[in-house]
Amino acid sequence: MANKLISEIGLPKSIANIFAARNIVTAKDALSLTEFQLMELLDVGWAEVTSAVAHISAIVCPPYQSALSLMEQRVKNEHLAGHLPTGLKGLDEALCGGIPFGVLTELVGPAGIGKTQFCLKLSLLASLPSSYGGLDGHVIYIDVESKFSSRRLIEIGAKSFPEIFLMKGMAKKMSGRILVWRPASLSEFTERLQQIKVSLHQNEVKLLVIDSMAALVSGFSRFGSIFKEIKSTISLALPIVFPKSLPLPSIANFTDWAHSRECEQGIPRQHPLGWHVSFIKSLAEFSRIPIVVTNQVRSQSSDEACQFSFQVQRWKETKEDHARYGSHLVAALGVHWAHAVTIRLVLEAKSGQRFLKVSKSPISAPLAFPFDITASGMSLLSDDGIELTGPDINAIHSQGHSDIINFTGESLQ
Amino acid sequence: MEVGRLPISASQRGKLISAGYTTLSSLSSLSPSDLALDLRISDNEAAEILKVASLGSRLDEPEGGRAIVNGAQTAWDMLHEDEMFPRITTSCLDLDNILGGGINCKEVTEIGGVPGMGKTQLGIQLAVNVQIPVDYGGLGAKAIYIDTEGSFMVERVLQIAEACIEDMTECNGLLRKDFQAGQLKMHPNNILENIFYFRVCSYTEQIALTNYLDKFISEHKDVKVVIVDSVTFHFRQDFDDMALRTRLLSGIALKLMKLAKEHGLAVVLLNQVTTKYIEGSFQLTLALGDSWSHSCTNRVILYWNGNERYAYIDKSPSLRSASAPYSVTSKGIRNSASTCKRIRMM
Repeated sequence: MANKLISEIGLPKSIANIFAARNIVTAKDALSLTEFQLMELLDVGWAEVTSAVAHISAIVCPPYQSALSLMEQRVKNEHLAGHLPTGLKGLDEALCGGIPFGVLTELVGPAGIGKTQFCLKLSLLASLPSSYGGLDGHVIYIDVESKFSSRRLIEIGAKSFPEIFLMKGMAKKMSGRILVWRPASLSEFTERLQQIKVSLHQNEVKLLVIDSMAALVSGFSRFGSIFKEIKSTISLALPIVFPKSLPLPSIANFTDWAHSRECEQGIPRQHPLGWHVSFIKSLAEFSRIPIVVTNQVRSQSSDEACQFSFQVQRWKETKEDHARYGSHLVAALGVHWAHAVTIRLVLEAKSGQRFLKVSKSPISAPLAFPFDITASGMSLLSDDGIELTGPDINAIHSQGHSDIINFTGESLQ
Repeated sequence: MEVGRLPISASQRGKLISAGYTTLSSLSSLSPSDLALDLRISDNEAAEILKVASLGSRLDEPEGGRAIVNGAQTAWDMLHEDEMFPRITTSCLDLDNILGGGINCKEVTEIGGVPGMGKTQLGIQLAVNVQIPVDYGGLGAKAIYIDTEGSFMVERVLQIAEACIEDMTECNGLLRKDFQAGQLKMHPNNILENIFYFRVCSYTEQIALTNYLDKFISEHKDVKVVIVDSVTFHFRQDFDDMALRTRLLSGIALKLMKLAKEHGLAVVLLNQVTTKYIEGSFQLTLALGDSWSHSCTNRVILYWNGNERYAYIDKSPSLRSASAPYSVTSKGIRNSASTCKRIRMM
């Protein structure tokens, strides 16, 4: 909508011509200027400008829906009112049926805790026939860290759904629906993401997994040439792939960021994944599929911002407490990214026990479920979540973590 | 007042000035045909200019005793008007108390906090609470929810709406045992029906919608709250020209403020947080920069204080800076668990 041509939105001919003469071609151009700037630029009176801006706005502005019609529409058109059941009863109940369509769901946790296992299980679930509670569709699995194991996938499938996987040819059919792709660079990822957008609908893709998002930034973005690559890919791919309704990615974002990194070792003005964040979000939204991304953890640095300025006084007193925790972990992608995900599930280990926490969700209370990784994938030890309060909701523990990994490593063999 | 400040086109202004008409008083005694002759423009155009000029000069002139400035109000009148305007409850008593009774209609309130703090929850709660009927101390109005992030969950709205109706029925049972007239006839679907949901996908659409809201609200007079969740998202993703961003944002803020004043409705802007380097350490602060922080009348920051969620009034012309605990429950925003007992006794 934003890139609608001014000449095609039914403005009076006389004023539309003036816009054209001043090279204000799209609605975006016009609305990026204030009324006074427009008056100056177009050399017309106040009344004409306001009526023209009002007209453009009315055309460009998205249509409204009542929340009721939104809900009815989802119940009617979508399997399970737009949820992918995870097969974990407690979690499904907390999330009103499973991983919701149309939004980003993030898995955060230390290495080896079971993020990839969970992704594998979800991929299987999405590919299963709907008679078995699946979505009966294709899955695109973007495997950045090269951790996807098809052997493990089949194992989980055979153990969790023996009735399907023991049928002749079914294992081949099910795993044939999962398309694994390993991007070699951030620019390749960017390019392919735009192609994926087109193919999502044609190929009945019902789930997109990105494992992991953090590796994309830490592994690939070594500045310099990479930004030139991104620039060229975006400018090449842009006119073809982008429909009018999408925000144009700002090429300058990347250069701006690279520039600011070169100039000063401060925090970048804009997030390196800024464009990807909004693109992936819109991808989920418009194709109405669940998108699951994983995120790594890193240890919290001592000067990490976690307080507002009015809290500083108290912060100095509580600083001691922070030190006490010792190995304090935070999600690798910062606060900007955390705002963008709709649901954040934290996988952690605490005193030798793994927990799955619903750390951010608009529909669920902050619950923690103890879980275990078995041959059939992840399973909850209890379907009644423990309700969390305070900083526990966001904290990521990894105590006794290595013990569990060794233990399960043996049990898998 | 000078001709340069009149809202007319640049070329007309140029003609006026080059013909020697620099002040408004020089235009006041002219007839349209004289002006048309002088400037070599059509009579109609001249008449337009004079009309605009007379409007402009009226702003300058004192008009009787009361209105020294046209369109202004005395502080006393404003006080009365303020009292007339109801407030939208947040469903959390402590939070209402520090806000002076709830979110103020006619004002722009900005609410910010870290991810998962409950911003969207508060937004949805307000969209539901604005519909509490007048009999129950609410506004009985409708809500506009502008979603820029895609985080609006209908399932959650349904939960909160159901809980809200439950609470009202309960309150009905407690207070009105004796008379039957106040029977509650509300269904969660009614509440959902009265939330107008706009999904905004780019900053251009956000600007367009802000412009269009005035018309929309004129058609739907009973809208009393506009929630923007979040005002930040698109302006944080694809922007390179920071000066342009500031300009557009302040344009949006001005229009929303005008909207709030003219239609007597509450505008609630949800904002994200960012880190900022202040006095030798990194601290959290609301996003969009310093000039944006001037645009809102009230600013509320949500933060963790130990094990409890707190709201802090960071900026307000009328409220003292204070903080209050709240909690997010399955029913929506409610009193924090530790203060619950105290309230029951009251």
